[in-house]
Amino acid sequence: MEHNKIDLTINSEVVQQILVGFIRSEISRAGFTRAVVNLSGGLDSSLSCYLAAEAMGAENVLALRLPYKSSAPESLEHAQMVIEALGVQSLTIPITDMADALIQRFPDMSRVRQGNIMARLRMIILYDQTEAFHGLAVGTGNKTEILLGYTTLYGDAACAINPLGDLYKTQIRQLAREIGIPAAIISKAPTADLWSGQTDEGELGFTYDEVDQLLFLLVDQRYKPEECVQAGFGESFVRAVIDKVRRNHFKRVMPPIAKLSNRTVGYDFLYLRDWGT
Amino acid sequence: MKLNIALAQINTHLGDVQANLAKHLELLHEAQTSGADLIVFPELSLTGYGLQDLVPGVAHRASTDDPVFAPLLEASHKIDMVVGFVDEDTRHRFFIASAYLSGGQVVHIHHKVYLPTYGLFDEGRFFAWGDSVSAFDTKFGRIGILICEDFWHASPPYLLWLDGADLFLLTSASPGRGLNQQPVLESARWVDDINRAYACLFTSFVVHTNRVGYEDGLNFWGGSTIYDPNGFLLSKGPYHEETLIISEIDLNQLHRTRARLPLLRDERTALVLREMRRIVEDK
Repeated sequence: MEHNKIDLTINSEVVQQILVGFIRSEISRAGFTRAVVNLSGGLDSSLSCYLAAEAMGAENVLALRLPYKSSAPESLEHAQMVIEALGVQSLTIPITDMADALIQRFPDMSRVRQGNIMARLRMIILYDQTEAFHGLAVGTGNKTEILLGYTTLYGDAACAINPLGDLYKTQIRQLAREIGIPAAIISKAPTADLWSGQTDEGELGFTYDEVDQLLFLLVDQRYKPEECVQAGFGESFVRAVIDKVRRNHFKRVMPPIAKLSNRTVGYDFLYLRDWGT
Repeated sequence: MKLNIALAQINTHLGDVQANLAKHLELLHEAQTSGADLIVFPELSLTGYGLQDLVPGVAHRASTDDPVFAPLLEASHKIDMVVGFVDEDTRHRFFIASAYLSGGQVVHIHHKVYLPTYGLFDEGRFFAWGDSVSAFDTKFGRIGILICEDFWHASPPYLLWLDGADLFLLTSASPGRGLNQQPVLESARWVDDINRAYACLFTSFVVHTNRVGYEDGLNFWGGSTIYDPNGFLLSKGPYHEETLIISEIDLNQLHRTRARLPLLRDERTALVLREMRRIVEDK
């Protein structure tokens, strides 16, 4: 199949230089010198932590471990490996009591609702710690999950800046390997770890390798759907992915404001965040 | 004739003209004390790039009674310069502009004629389109200035060449994009390729100053260059780092290259004009 030739290989030195500079520039221009990362022990947050430590200095990074009772024990261990390898500051705050206080009020609560509660509690702790640590929240969402909407709005998607959002999962893996993230973290199956046995690829119904190649054609290379099919992707797969990208667009934009006046935030009141710095 | 040229590959403060002016004055002094005759600042060097609704508030007129241009014009008694700014004309149209200052005078102002309004760019929303491309005389010979997207089109450099420019001063605030396995971003490779091509095609010096730094998620890649009339790279700044390049160029190279390769002599402008007229009128 032709799509086997699609090459997502990146130059990790170029990426590292740009992302480290980005983190340093955007944190310091906001008036801060420190960063806080929710460190799940997975690949994305480990990579964000590595980049933040390089940008701001390890002593200026706070890594948070926020386990729920059903979290895999290896998640905590892997996060600890990163903390020790980098020498960043760390804090472990179990979220079980906080989450269960709400979850137990609804005995028939779905797994998705429970997962969203966990993701949003972790956001609350992350933002509370940014205030306590006087730092900014560095995000961990990659391009694949942003495009597919495989994220909890105002949960794990919440951050002040996101260094990883223009790298597909496959590229994150490559960068993580070349930056020296422990192999145990790179080789395990990606998971949100919101319930036991959950894996990203199991839940999505396809592999990151497959979907990254398709997204690269659709988004980066501006292929039409039928051209993706001609390139060797199954038609139903192409349709399903396009539909997912479209349906989840609300997670990628600010909530629309109903326009009434002559000048409205979001439409014709336009400034970059770096305004004045 | 030798020319010591300085390329100010700087970061800027978005919308803070005073902070940027202070940096200009520092670098003007540094370049001048290092023996530079001319310093070239990048696109919108006095304002920053992603201005959006900041545009009307950062605009200035290049004149001695302007508080930003007064100290620059004063400094231009000691060193010639190209600075990037937002020009507001008397009818209150705002242009992306570069001014050539020398001997206390505004020698030339170029208004960007191609405003990219596609992809990540939105310049046409906030700025008026410049309407002329012309070369101008300086003590170092005849020079042409273009700003970023102006030289992604082949016609403005070509017009400057025909108008007598032997030294092209190109300025950019070029966002880095197009990541792959190569050690250079695609946008950087592209600009480098075309600048080298212009040097070869026009047997001229092509100087490019690009800014560095970040604005929100955009990175600016630097990599400023000087190509000689043979297309040889004389000087190159690092990617993504602030630097002041000072390089001596030998303007006599124009004589040597054009003696060997008379592309300018043989250029058939009347034929070009005739065919252009036919092509435009037939459409």
